[in-house]
Amino acid sequence: MANTFSNDQVLLTIPMRPDMELAAAKLASVIAESMSFNDDQIEEIQLAMIESCINAFEHSQSPDQSVVIQYIISTNGLELKITDQGIGFNPSNRSKRRNSQPDLHPDMRKRGWGLEIMNTLMDSVDIMSGENGTTITMVKYKTA
Amino acid sequence: MANKFDIQTRVEHKYAVLETAGYLNDSLGEQLSKKAQELIEKGYTQLVINLDKTALINSIGISILIEIIEALDERDGTLNFCGLSATQERTFRMMAIAKYAGIFPDEKAAIADF
Repeated sequence: MANTFSNDQVLLTIPMRPDMELAAAKLASVIAESMSFNDDQIEEIQLAMIESCINAFEHSQSPDQSVVIQYIISTNGLELKITDQGIGFNPSNRSKRRNSQPDLHPDMRKRGWGLEIMNTLMDSVDIMSGENGTTITMVKYKTA
Repeated sequence: MANKFDIQTRVEHKYAVLETAGYLNDSLGEQLSKKAQELIEKGYTQLVINLDKTALINSIGISILIEIIEALDERDGTLNFCGLSATQERTFRMMAIAKYAGIFPDEKAAIADF
């Protein structure tokens, strides 16, 4: 999404510590509210942000143990860039399960839902990942 | 940032209600799982989880809810959820939870289903 107002950007760096994803989600909520997103959209943005952050916390193995988040405000909507400097991953591979217990119902698997949740709740999700880290870019467009 | 959470339990004759408050992550999820397991071991196999005071939930918390569904399945029990936001319900349905647990607008409806 083109960012027509380069100054309309908020930067946040969070350590990979328990519940720090809430800080990122709450800031997203404040920004989204200021942009007049409705309550459902704000909740969708918050949940997608939480999943993106915990994905980085759990899987990135980032040496600096931090996540940088850009909140880019434009007339079209809100763009979120979540970046870690970890080992990267292949988005087509599901994450490993938290434990070795098999799922009782395969269609209701316990882990590996993060990316699907982000895709369901946001209007677009793009992942760039390599050996120097991962950036997940998510956009929620403003609707009339 | 402290995540304040709480779980209230109410036990009736044939069912029990677990009401969460706060961010449903791994910490709250594990506590919820422990309380649900205790109830199941006491013979309560019809449970309601009321998420009305849980505004935010993550996929790790949901995975623990799935473990509770599975534990009840093994005893022919039932888990009904209530108090979900529209976004939470959408997420639960995407994750196939609605196939194996009930989703109801409020506690009264969730209990009436038993």
